[in-house]
Amino acid sequence: MAGKPVLHYFNGRGRMESIRWLLAAAGVEFEEKLIESPEDLDKLKNDGSLMFQQVPMVEIDGMKLVQSRAILNYIATKHNLYGKDMKERVLIDMYTEGMADLNEMIMLLPLCPADQKDAKIALIKDRTKNRYLPVFEKVLKSHGQDYLVGNKLSRADIHLTELLYYVEEVDSSLLANFPLLKALKTRISNLPSVKKFLQPGSQRKPPTDEKKLEEARKIFKF
Amino acid sequence: MFQQVPMVEIDGMKLVQTRAILNYIAAKYNLYGKDIKERALIDIYSEGVADLNEIILYYPFLPPGDKDGSLTQIKEKSRNCYFPAFEKVLKSHGEDYLVGNRLSKADILLTELLYHTEELDSTVLANFPLLKALRTRVSNLPTVKKFLQPGSQRKPFEDEKFVEELKKSFG
Repeated sequence: MAGKPVLHYFNGRGRMESIRWLLAAAGVEFEEKLIESPEDLDKLKNDGSLMFQQVPMVEIDGMKLVQSRAILNYIATKHNLYGKDMKERVLIDMYTEGMADLNEMIMLLPLCPADQKDAKIALIKDRTKNRYLPVFEKVLKSHGQDYLVGNKLSRADIHLTELLYYVEEVDSSLLANFPLLKALKTRISNLPSVKKFLQPGSQRKPPTDEKKLEEARKIFKF
Repeated sequence: MFQQVPMVEIDGMKLVQTRAILNYIAAKYNLYGKDIKERALIDIYSEGVADLNEIILYYPFLPPGDKDGSLTQIKEKSRNCYFPAFEKVLKSHGEDYLVGNRLSKADILLTELLYHTEELDSTVLANFPLLKALRTRVSNLPTVKKFLQPGSQRKPFEDEKFVEELKKSFG
């Protein structure tokens, strides 16, 4: 396993941020080759590095992995963050996919036309409070353990912690009625690798503002 | 769990989230490769299939005015992006299956996609001989052959009448 993973993406959260979180939490140092112009993206496409002409792409262990779920699955398995057997894996997958659904809504919010934004935010708040967070609070309550699955840190805990930070960015009062989730978020945030990633100057990316959105629009042509 | 279907009751569990269900079934029946690297390839290919399948999946439910644009997108992406990528994989190793010279969920998901794309674009496979061969090969497996026969649990293309009925049930 020579060399650090290299992440190919633009300088924003998008679909690469969960990968940055997972690598960081696993204590894996990584490099980033930032795509700063449409020409940078074209170069990657033209040299055959992108199987479906899309990023994220991560160079790791001699492979050029694309598709964020494939990349996350590989990192989780490699670093023992994917449960101990099939039954733990399916729980992790169910929780992770639910989180991905909510995360997608939040991630796409900046793209929402101004006249639809309030309705979208209301929907996100409703889903957060009534569909998604209660499920994870209930899981933690049901077994009383420190982690979602198997009494051991897994990718599900890391993805959830990341998501809870985004939920707070939308509305900090959303976590008010979820004490066990708050405790999990604190616990994970205090892990040395995560604590380091949460500090200023790390490779963690800030929320996507107008300027960042314009940059993404230019590079990805949407 | 998240107030949505699909839900599959299996081995004493109530599984939701399509990918969780697919991953569980694939692992249980040895359709998920032999090691972490094969799994990565299977995941990459399966996710690519899922991206194109998602556009096709929504197609019957689009308002009539949006259908043409979507169909153009489906034709363009399958012919210019996805199918060339999979044809290249098969060409690169010359084996009968996408990964590890062995049947995996990637072959099955791709075969399903090839049928569904062809329903919308009947000549789409014209320039992809290896994909056609893979589809034939997988379709001739006894289990798949049985599933492809009339009267199986395979569901037909969602036509306008079906979509109307569905809207009534799910609101």
